[in-house]
Amino acid sequence: MSTSLIGARVQRKEDYRFLTGAGQYTDDVELPHQSYAAFVRSPHAHAVLKKVNIEKAKKAPGVLAVYTGTDLANAKVGGLPCGWLITDVKGQPMKEPPYPPLAQGKVRHVGERVAVVIAETLAQARDAAELVEVDYQVLPAVVDAAKASKGPKLHDIAPDNTCYVWALGDKAAVDAAFAKAAHVTRLDLVNNRLIPNAIEPRSANAVYSRAGDDYTLYVASQNPHVERLLMTAFVLGLPESKVRVVAPDVGGGFGSKIYLYPEDVVVTWASKQLNRAVKWTAERSESFLSDAHGRDHVTTAELALDKDGKFLAMRVQTTANLGAYLSTFASCIPTILYATLLAGQYTTPLIYCEVTSVFTNTAPVDAYRGAGRPEATYVVERLVETAAREMKLDPVEIRRRNFIRQFPYQTPVALQYDTGDYDATLDAVLKLADVAGFPSRKQQSLKSGKLRGIGYACYIEACGIAPSNVAGSLGARAGLFEAGEIRVHPTGTVTVFTGSHSHGQGHETTFAQVVAERLGLPMEAVEIVHGDTSKVLFGMGTYGSRSIAVGGTAIVKALDKIVAKGKKIAAHLMEAAESDIEYDKGVFKVAGTDKKKMFGEVAFAAYVPHNYPLDKLEPGLNENAFYDPANFTFPAGSYVCEVEVDKETGATTIAAFTAVDDFGRIINPMIVEGQVHGGLAQGIGQALTEGCRYEDSGQLVTGSFLDYCIPRAGDVPSFKLDTRETACTHNPLGVKGCGEAGAIGAPAAVMNAITDALGVKDLPMPATAQTVWRSMHKAA
Amino acid sequence: MHAFEYHRPASSKDAVSLVSKKPEGRYLAGGQSLVQAMKLRLSSPSDLIDLSALKDLTGIRTSGSTVEIGAMARHAEVAGSAEVKKAIPALAALAGTIGDRQVRHMGTLGGSLANDDPAADYPAAALGLGATIHTNKRKIEADKFFKGLYETALEPGELITSVSFPVPKRAAYMKFKNPASRFAMVGVFVADFGGKARVAVTGAGPSVFRQAEMEKALSAKFAPDSVAGIKVKPDGLNSDLHASPEYRAHLITVMARRAVEAALK
Repeated sequence: MSTSLIGARVQRKEDYRFLTGAGQYTDDVELPHQSYAAFVRSPHAHAVLKKVNIEKAKKAPGVLAVYTGTDLANAKVGGLPCGWLITDVKGQPMKEPPYPPLAQGKVRHVGERVAVVIAETLAQARDAAELVEVDYQVLPAVVDAAKASKGPKLHDIAPDNTCYVWALGDKAAVDAAFAKAAHVTRLDLVNNRLIPNAIEPRSANAVYSRAGDDYTLYVASQNPHVERLLMTAFVLGLPESKVRVVAPDVGGGFGSKIYLYPEDVVVTWASKQLNRAVKWTAERSESFLSDAHGRDHVTTAELALDKDGKFLAMRVQTTANLGAYLSTFASCIPTILYATLLAGQYTTPLIYCEVTSVFTNTAPVDAYRGAGRPEATYVVERLVETAAREMKLDPVEIRRRNFIRQFPYQTPVALQYDTGDYDATLDAVLKLADVAGFPSRKQQSLKSGKLRGIGYACYIEACGIAPSNVAGSLGARAGLFEAGEIRVHPTGTVTVFTGSHSHGQGHETTFAQVVAERLGLPMEAVEIVHGDTSKVLFGMGTYGSRSIAVGGTAIVKALDKIVAKGKKIAAHLMEAAESDIEYDKGVFKVAGTDKKKMFGEVAFAAYVPHNYPLDKLEPGLNENAFYDPANFTFPAGSYVCEVEVDKETGATTIAAFTAVDDFGRIINPMIVEGQVHGGLAQGIGQALTEGCRYEDSGQLVTGSFLDYCIPRAGDVPSFKLDTRETACTHNPLGVKGCGEAGAIGAPAAVMNAITDALGVKDLPMPATAQTVWRSMHKAA
Repeated sequence: MHAFEYHRPASSKDAVSLVSKKPEGRYLAGGQSLVQAMKLRLSSPSDLIDLSALKDLTGIRTSGSTVEIGAMARHAEVAGSAEVKKAIPALAALAGTIGDRQVRHMGTLGGSLANDDPAADYPAAALGLGATIHTNKRKIEADKFFKGLYETALEPGELITSVSFPVPKRAAYMKFKNPASRFAMVGVFVADFGGKARVAVTGAGPSVFRQAEMEKALSAKFAPDSVAGIKVKPDGLNSDLHASPEYRAHLITVMARRAVEAALK
């Protein structure tokens, strides 16, 4: 028996390319007759465009064209669509203001695009962009979600800046439960706004071919087919068949590259106007200003408990900042992907959540690693820990008293968990973190002037949003399946085309492990292709930790078809009944005999069909499958964080972080650990260092790494990780997904630990040294 | 970045002469601040006069009582210098904490002092040790060199050639870093010249400054307790996203005490 590739720490196939600088990113793509675009961006958060004078810029050296919103409107270029329609509490559709790719009439956030300059060189484009004269009539701005409804109006369609008020749950029943509760814990929480900062800035390079009347767009995207669909059908009015979208190597996304962005539309449209290739790559400053941001919730959360600490009901009121325009999936993040997660790992029987989503003079806000689920986990796990403290219960014990233990479990917030074992991950993390030894570590820390605290978070995650028909009934305007294709070559090697997209996840390795294992082929015989609409049949891309659960399953389904057809061919070759053919580790065998045909022999027969049942079977060995999951998957885990706070300065360090996750079946533990490390680092970043801040005027204060602090390696400890496994019940691999878990569970664990160390009820994120010092100062 | 003319003169005389002919020209030392500003189009010099070929601006020379360092000495060179480590270990240690590895191999002593960034480290050492800044024209005491936010006593075209640091009995630098930029949010350099102490604070005000009350206390007795109880007034201190004047004032005392502790170790 050879060892299984499933569960093996296979070295990443893509690393040679990345580590030797041979990756091919969008900005590396240089096309014949390449030209370069620079965007003129608004320095004001809210202003009327009185006049945009492009005459000087047009005459500048090397300039090919300057376009404004008026040019796009005249060309009937549409606005960017939103992919999810939320219906409000009164049954009315959400307010969908126009989102023109270049501003028309008004600008609504700093960094909004006012004009584009396209020139022979990038330097010429940037120099000429400075010559565009814009006469702004500056208007008052509003940036805080909590102040939006009383702030200056951004869009005529939404006079109170409210996109929708949406609710989930039985309010009357929840209120009644609160009235009878022995204890109510209440927290006012802010889930701080974050800026994604993928290491590769956004980039788009479009070329139009007059010969074929078609376009090719290279773009740093997490989902090229979705990009193509939205751009062609909703914005440019082109046949999908005339646009090829290629998302080559992509250097991180974290959600920020899911969306269709104005720059992508503008360069694609301009490429035809100029009959030139047009490239734009964001400078880091542009990324800060114009990438979709994440989180930004203001919440009041309450938990009702009986005298034994059993949860009776939860009541949550959230105001979510959507920014100035509706980004592609902005509307579903603080609703469908947030309120539905408020049961967490617990049997809370009644939950009511009301969400008011508002427009403000800030960059659009959309999904960022976790997308709604970190916000929900933060609410639940801060409430639970605080309730335990208030009721003098052990925070571990209060969780155990409320864990869900019967599966499947129908939550009061729509989701049905298929499987899980929350005691298992909690037991494991308590041991691995040596929670029993915490009191003595606390004493040690005190001796060196440090306050030590411990915090827990038991998170639940819903990955692979599905099924499409249910999502559709909730307002989704897209399908949520995935597609895969297996192309077996005549010599028996295999190319796999997947609609999932890898931008750091290591699909080329993980998916190859699945295919190699299932077909019994060596890893080297399997090639994974993704990120090109002209190669991959279709795809919904990668977000929401869906790739292995949805994309992987589509591949498995296609593999099943390959094996089924292979059996037919093998049966013919060995003159046996198809029902007698078994397939095992690359060999077709006739059951009970020593007759066999290797996979390669069958593949060869399919392409050189001399001895072949041509009357019954098509030649070739190529199959595809679409997979629409029956349900979400539900990864879960338990995290323990220990912090040390410098009593003098407030500086807080993560002394230890232990995570035990249940991701279902794991294909490559090494890659999973990498995903958890990254997620934890970003979660710790949200808790300790990262916070996007706008001035009241709408200027972005944290507009560079000088002020916006993403954590460095030295800011996070060496993580202690382990996993427990309950296999997902509704996909053939038993997989759940792991990409976002760390970012979902970490913030609550860290903040529970800091509030424990300080002995305070709450503290805003990020808990910077100054914030912690102020809290101690106030307490003192 | 806007277009500019690049020059690389072979002598400081040529450099000074060039800059006098180019009113919008700038000296380029290590470029760790200037080039960033140019990339952001915040600074657009017509000419850059690269000083990297000027041999007379390099080198580290120690005599018994002073360490003289060429203006073009890179931070890494100072941090790694056996002579500096022996004479003023606190100065070498300070240089080793500037920026990151890449910055330390490009950034220069003269460039840092001439730029006078309010959060730079070297000004704290220059003022804390009472250094003398040598230029192509004159010698300037550190006490008279730093004038305010990004402002020094240097005249247009004046070129720093070297800096002489007096060797103290003991000294130390303690920095509380801005979490994002890793510049000094508050950095305190303390030096004990035997009965005469100097304390320089960077990061906290518009420009590096001396802390008279602490100097007096440490001159009387160079011990942590001498400064631990001194409450610094927040008036005039910097205020930003990361630290209020009150927090900075608090950190000055903490960092000063820790610096004295470190100096005595």
